[in-house]
Amino acid sequence: MSDVPLTAPSTAPAQTQTIAFRGGGFAPHTHRWVGVAVFVVLILIAEWGTRTGWISALTLPRPSDVFKTFGELYSSGLLFKHLGPSLARLAVGATLGACVGVSVGVLIGLFSYIRSGLVPLVAALFPIPKIALLPLFVIWFGIGEGSKYALIAFGTFTPTVVATYAAVDNVDRTLIRMGQSFGLSWWSIVRKIVLPGAMPGILSGLRISLAIAIILLVAAEMLGAEYGIGAYILQAGSLYDLERLFAGVVILSLLGVLVSAIIAMIERRVLGWRT
Amino acid sequence: MDIRLESIHHSYKEFEVLRDITLDIPKGKIVCIVGPSGCGKSTLLRLIGGLEKPGAGRVVQVGAPPENCLNPLTYVFQDFALLPWRSVRGNISLVLEDHRIRGAEATRIIDDVLARTKLTDFADALPKQLSGGMKQRVAIARALAVNPAVMLMDEPLSALDSQTRELLMDDLVSLWCRQPFTAVYVTHNLHEAVRLGHSIVVLSRRPGRIREIVEIDTPLEERQMGDTDLDLKQKYLWQLMRDEARAADAELLNV
Ligand SMILES: Nc1ncnc2c1ncn2[C@@H]1O[C@H](COP(=O)(O)OP(=O)(O)O)[C@@H](O)[C@H]1O
Ligand SMILES: [Mg+2]
Repeated sequence: MSDVPLTAPSTAPAQTQTIAFRGGGFAPHTHRWVGVAVFVVLILIAEWGTRTGWISALTLPRPSDVFKTFGELYSSGLLFKHLGPSLARLAVGATLGACVGVSVGVLIGLFSYIRSGLVPLVAALFPIPKIALLPLFVIWFGIGEGSKYALIAFGTFTPTVVATYAAVDNVDRTLIRMGQSFGLSWWSIVRKIVLPGAMPGILSGLRISLAIAIILLVAAEMLGAEYGIGAYILQAGSLYDLERLFAGVVILSLLGVLVSAIIAMIERRVLGWRT
Repeated sequence: MDIRLESIHHSYKEFEVLRDITLDIPKGKIVCIVGPSGCGKSTLLRLIGGLEKPGAGRVVQVGAPPENCLNPLTYVFQDFALLPWRSVRGNISLVLEDHRIRGAEATRIIDDVLARTKLTDFADALPKQLSGGMKQRVAIARALAVNPAVMLMDEPLSALDSQTRELLMDDLVSLWCRQPFTAVYVTHNLHEAVRLGHSIVVLSRRPGRIREIVEIDTPLEERQMGDTDLDLKQKYLWQLMRDEARAADAELLNV
């Protein structure tokens, strides 16, 4: 450095000012309690509104009444009578759809002919409202559990396929070249490089697929189901029994939160390697 | 085992990348390939290792690879190519598993290569916990684990800062001195080339042809920083490359 001072020495000390900070924001964090607080506040507003008459009882059931209905449902044992078959349908249908979806997605991601053949087909199937096909499924698989499994499985299948082949496409090619350069077998490359590399995309696809499976659960129980959350909601809906309707809807929401929490847990365990 | 390239030509569609490359890679020597960027160095390395087919000419292997060599032609990549979901140990065991090497035998090999690359304490770390220099040492350990006949290194130190690069060059030299290996070492850094190369192949700008092969006789372990002889060689190489590099640079702008 030179010895010459950069500024001319002045008699009065120069004015000082702290540089203002302008680098904040654009980095959202999750604060768990904020989410809970939003729920609590909304419920409290609804409770207060319905009590004061500001919200009429026909518009919205009183949350405390919904809670009471829920309590009755639980104490009468009906809750598990409805929940049991629903969870079974969800488990069988979603597992079937997700497994076939992941397999087909991986095949599309790996083979040119399968990709050329199936991508347009999947694009054609994706926008079909699966509910519209319910009569068809009843004819194919009967009015029993088969058609319900099929509807949920089919609804889970398409988003899983799309998410999976996009995830396989996004696997770092240099890792695959590395595997080839060390002479790994095709099957080893798929198992040890492609599948783990695609796992983040597959899991975030599963989040969406499973939410769709819960939506379709209600549709599947529209026909010939005596017990099930969907059947319960539909019965309540046809009687305009808003308390029971809401109690059922709350169960579905909780189911959604639970599924999402389970996937988040799997992600934390399986994807700990991500930076 | 030696490698011989016999008049290799290569093009991508109409785009000629390599022209008439004939080159010998003798056993136990490090051959450096330098040239301006885009002249086809990485392409040449992919051709040597069989990751790509040459348009004309052929790559031949002279003699048999040594016994207990699992993967004769083994790459070390510029971006490390480590599996982020496997630990250091897991990344090395990946290349042994397909050769049915598991259990005690695998542990022996992995411990040996980790010791040789000074990684013993990091065996269970994940790649995201390692610095760039460490990651490249893991990649080198992985390459050593398959006991390669020829190591194909594509700018292995280019992603690292200059201090780490010096340290890793020292490591490579001591690895070679303890147990000479054969390597094709692609770089655009002439300092690396004169430090590590027994011979240095200068490629012209695209289409890459061999402009000159510069031999350096000073043994690797005696090459110090500030060695006037090496400095002269480096200066000479830079003179060879300067015009090519400038022309290549101008060419890229015209694309
Ligand atoms: N797969 C490819 N398809 C088409 N062009 C390619 C491909 N790979 C490399 N090239 C082109 O070939 C030239 C040489 O590439 P490369 O071997 O990577 O050069 P270097 O490693 O010397 O910088 C570049 O101009 C690059 O654009
Ligand atoms: Mg390159």
